Amino acid sequence: MIIAEQKPLNEVIEMLEGHSRVLVVGCRSCVAVCLAGGEKEAGILAESLRLHSDLKGKEWEVEEVTLERVCEKEWVRGMDSDIEGKDVVLSLACGVGAQVIHELYPGMFVVPGVNTISMGAPEEQGIYLEKCGGCGDCVLHLTGGVCPVARCSKSLMNGPCGGSQNGKCEIDPDTPCGWDQIYRSLKELNRLDLMETAIPPKNWRPSRSGGPRKTVRKEAVQTDEEKKIRGASP
Amino acid sequence: MKAASNLQGVLDSGQFAVTAEIGPPKGANPEVLRKHARNMKGYADAFNLTDNQTAVVRLSSWAASLVCLQEGVEPVMQMACRDRNRIAIQSDALGASALGVRNVLCLTGDHQIFGNQKEAKNVYDLDSIQELMVLRSMRDEGKTWGGDTLDSAPQLYLGAVENPFGDPFEFRVPRLAKKVAAGADFIQTQSIYDMERFETFMDQVRERGLDRKVHILAGVLPLKSAKAALYMKNKVSGMSVPDEIIDRMKNAADPKAEGIKLCVETIEHLKQVKGVHGVHIMAVAWEEKVPEIVREAGLHPRPVMMEPEH
Amino acid sequence: MRIIGFVCRDSALVAAEQAGAMGRSIPSSATLVEMPCTGRVDAVHILRAFREGADAVFVAGCLEGNCRYQYGNIEARKRVTLTKSQLQAAGLEPERLEMFNLASNQEWRFEEIVKEMVSRVEKLGPNPIGKVKT
Repeated sequence: MIIAEQKPLNEVIEMLEGHSRVLVVGCRSCVAVCLAGGEKEAGILAESLRLHSDLKGKEWEVEEVTLERVCEKEWVRGMDSDIEGKDVVLSLACGVGAQVIHELYPGMFVVPGVNTISMGAPEEQGIYLEKCGGCGDCVLHLTGGVCPVARCSKSLMNGPCGGSQNGKCEIDPDTPCGWDQIYRSLKELNRLDLMETAIPPKNWRPSRSGGPRKTVRKEAVQTDEEKKIRGASP
Repeated sequence: MKAASNLQGVLDSGQFAVTAEIGPPKGANPEVLRKHARNMKGYADAFNLTDNQTAVVRLSSWAASLVCLQEGVEPVMQMACRDRNRIAIQSDALGASALGVRNVLCLTGDHQIFGNQKEAKNVYDLDSIQELMVLRSMRDEGKTWGGDTLDSAPQLYLGAVENPFGDPFEFRVPRLAKKVAAGADFIQTQSIYDMERFETFMDQVRERGLDRKVHILAGVLPLKSAKAALYMKNKVSGMSVPDEIIDRMKNAADPKAEGIKLCVETIEHLKQVKGVHGVHIMAVAWEEKVPEIVREAGLHPRPVMMEPEH
Repeated sequence: MRIIGFVCRDSALVAAEQAGAMGRSIPSSATLVEMPCTGRVDAVHILRAFREGADAVFVAGCLEGNCRYQYGNIEARKRVTLTKSQLQAAGLEPERLEMFNLASNQEWRFEEIVKEMVSRVEKLGPNPIGKVKT
């Protein structure tokens, strides 16, 4: 899932300056699980903004709505009536959701209420760890199921650097060394031979370096004809 | 095959090699560098010019290498993967070779969190092993990694680093083997204080026959004080400093002299370790002591196999 | 002066009733909201109370380790801490909000709590929201 973190309230307030009719949009998917932008968080943030407005005499109107998945147009379209009359949307969805809102309501100013951090998983309640680097060319079969792109601070492909000590990364003593984890995993799998196989320079084109990535699933794409018949929305 | 550099000449002829490190200045004035080069000339076979070590911005390693050439001493240009993608790495290697810089040391590079530009975006397009693969293919096949034929291949003598004190320890020698397979001609190690662990490392190196495939230069770093020793132990990533070293520095009447003495003793010991083909002296911010250390260790005068061309 | 207290019905509320019955002088400015457990107190409740003009808000639950629902009072404390930082960023002194723990037989403690909040309001002055709103 996508891990995000709410921006501090004072930063949010700063972003809203010059606007007065605010719609706070929460999302029930990833950001709800990581307690950054679900219904609960949207409610608290909206109430904090109302309190601020009342204290400072700003006369903001703050409303809130939480959608199922803000990254899908079908859900976002459903907030036509909520967005009516607003002059700013404060999105607590991830960066993807915020952009989908902008695409569907191009005249609306959309400000981010969260920082989108990573693709990760809850480690335990309240702790979320990045797991996947989204490089577009998965090597987990070579690395014992541990991603070197995301979990090594230097995204190394051929083993730990000289800074790996006692299972920790050189960048700080709380960060596990990704390659130490890979080593342990491969040892347990009895596949340490994979550690000795050099992985040549990686193709970063499927990663961010190739520009914004577009994924096409041919069988799911509708032809113009089909769109006409089925009345699919663009 | 004709040696690409003096360092290669010394190592290939089976003589015990000496390299020393020069930290480029934190500024645009090359005079400090020239002074170090002049002062140390004749006391090492080649001199490493560090590449923004610990991610602190300094005069670039290629420019510093060039200054060394102008002073008639042979450089080892360090090239970290942190700041360059494969385009820049290949381009810098061609440029270096064109100007007479032949020894190139491939390394990953300290993470930027250690330096004075913590907010930088790092590169790490390649890791050090991939860097070796790419540079070797330029040298041996005359091709860029992308496959284009070079109109003239660079002359390079390729080095890499290894840290016998990093973890997981059991993977250190396999990692060294990977570097050798990827093209490393020589290896410079992290500085050695924990001789026991280093000897275990070398046992494994010999077991795999790696000492016959690559020249290992063991790293030494003279300590100035007990504080410096503690700093090494606690703050420098991937270091092992036994307590007896710290105690020895603590109890010394003249810690600086003791540090030099300890360094010389370490070199004397390393000369006896089978498979060690030389030493690499890292006198960080203490470069003026290198001649003394080399003399005391009985490694002076140095053989001259080739004059640097410039 | 308006002070809102979100009180656990198993501890703070009992202590409050006891204090009344024993004739302790509880300032009349405190309005209590009975909660089944302070774990049910939400940041929104606290923020809303301030927005409605409360000069101070306190949350009073069982002693730690004594919660009928085990961790309700611990959760409440975390929420109070979080809400304090929200208050500060919104423009209100975080000292206007506090979390307390007490047992049902500590009626004297309840009196202290209310007096503590009264003295904080006396020091800080009334909730500025009143001025803005009228």
